[in-house]
Amino acid sequence: MAELARQDGAAIEVRGLSKSYGDVQAVRGIDLTVKRGQIFALLGPNGAGKTTTVEILEGYRSRDGGTVKILGYDPGRQRQRLKSQIGIVLQSTGVDRYLTVGETVAMYAGFYPHPRPVDEVIDLVGLTAKRDTRVLKLSGGQQRRLDVAIALAGNPDLLFLDEPTTGFDPSARHEAWEVIKNLAALGKTVLLTTHYMDEAQYLADQVAVISSGRIVAEGPPTTIGHRDQARARIRYRLTGGATPPAGLSAPPGPDGLIELAPDDLTAALHRLTGWALEQHVELNGLEVIRPSLEDVYLQLTDDPAVQPGAEPASTTSADGKGRRRS
Amino acid sequence: MNTAELTLSQVRYTNKTFWRNPASAFFIFAFPLMFLVIFTALLGHGTIRVSPVKVVDISTYYVAAMASFGVISACYTNIAISVSFQRDTGVLKRMNGTPLPSSAYFGARMLHALSVAVLLVVITAGFGRLLYSASIPTGLTLLRFLVMLLVGAASFCALGFAITAVIPNADASPAIVNASILPLLFLSGVFIPLGSNAPAWIVWIARIFPVWHFAQGMQAGFLGTAFSWTDVLVVAAWGLAGLLASVRFFSWEPRT
Repeated sequence: MAELARQDGAAIEVRGLSKSYGDVQAVRGIDLTVKRGQIFALLGPNGAGKTTTVEILEGYRSRDGGTVKILGYDPGRQRQRLKSQIGIVLQSTGVDRYLTVGETVAMYAGFYPHPRPVDEVIDLVGLTAKRDTRVLKLSGGQQRRLDVAIALAGNPDLLFLDEPTTGFDPSARHEAWEVIKNLAALGKTVLLTTHYMDEAQYLADQVAVISSGRIVAEGPPTTIGHRDQARARIRYRLTGGATPPAGLSAPPGPDGLIELAPDDLTAALHRLTGWALEQHVELNGLEVIRPSLEDVYLQLTDDPAVQPGAEPASTTSADGKGRRRS
Repeated sequence: MNTAELTLSQVRYTNKTFWRNPASAFFIFAFPLMFLVIFTALLGHGTIRVSPVKVVDISTYYVAAMASFGVISACYTNIAISVSFQRDTGVLKRMNGTPLPSSAYFGARMLHALSVAVLLVVITAGFGRLLYSASIPTGLTLLRFLVMLLVGAASFCALGFAITAVIPNADASPAIVNASILPLLFLSGVFIPLGSNAPAWIVWIARIFPVWHFAQGMQAGFLGTAFSWTDVLVVAAWGLAGLLASVRFFSWEPRT
């Protein structure tokens, strides 16, 4: 069966995707492969082309160039057949406010050939207690969970989540994350866009950073942008007028913290703490910092020198002083 | 579910949202009945010549006129405002991402509006029969009346879908919808009878647009005036134009 053959392929296969709005090139040659069962995060600042890309994959927008295969279908030409196999959570969403949670999920489930039981879906997103509540009485976080429930109602293999937690308070975000993690446990493939580092870090198996319509880095969140190979930094504060040993000092920053990125972390830390013990000096706020996904992301998306295909530079600056960015 | 079942199931959901929304239930449903009471209380004590050979009580005239107004509210106003609201809040975009056939969506909205319109006409007629001894169409008159009612309701639904194309956002929709229909209701003798000495320009405007023709057809049912197939054809032509404009310009996504 053709359906079976498709099971082996990637859930999403994009090659050379491009899209312009007038003179503005929103997407400039994007390649993406999302394997079945993966949670894939498309990470980028506002206006980077995330939503345009995702809406082309969902079939809402036409593309100017490139090939797109979603579960084996071309969303441009086979949209109607694709629709019954995907679930979509849009960035800005609406549901009829006067229907209850249960009615809303049941209504959307009815559109699909093989829906998931309504109560099961509502339970999955944790809205069972709100089943008979009208949508207009739900909180923002609850409405977002309803969005996910609607996307799940048709029991799709693939889910698109466009900025699923934007505008959430921290507890609502963590609730939403648990729901998305549960999707992976169900064997769903998830493509999500976000501009939150911690979200990509927590949820994704694979991250692609998009900037100005191009993918500037791709990989697992732990190693993307050579994050694992980048130098760690040591940070501490000195009280009194002690002078640290040569090579382990730097002018303190505005917050009084001395920050360095030594070649040999273990040796440097040993020397520094040994010196402090000998001299009876307190190293206030001593910490070892790995470059965060945020550091990698900011560097990749801020730096106009980053070209597509070019090897991303090391995350620490050459003079060893390092930087703090917020 | 097939398309027909999906359509019927959508009618049920549309109906629930309609009655649970106090604004639509009041403005669409209660308004025509309220106007009937107000107009007849204010102006209902005389008679009016509706054709060279026919004189009726003004209260009877308003039964036919408010039935027309009810159909236009339930179909044109209701659909234009609620669809542009659904479009702006992203409901339409979401539905457009599901396998729901668009014909089921449009069909369900039309069927729902039509049933609200029929209910309004029945209530208005019953009300008019009880209080103002308006005559209820029977026999052949009833058949013609039903043709006009169905053609009119469907046409005003199509025009309601079409007007959403020029509504920029939901905030503007009540203003644009009322600005497009209220003057016509006045210029077509629905709120105030045109009479025999109405200015020529008003008569011409009335003849161009569908409201007057529709009201004439409804009057033929209630007042026993002559029924003209031309009225049906003009209304149907407007409906067809609305349908074509909807097919061409309807948007599932917010316009801004």
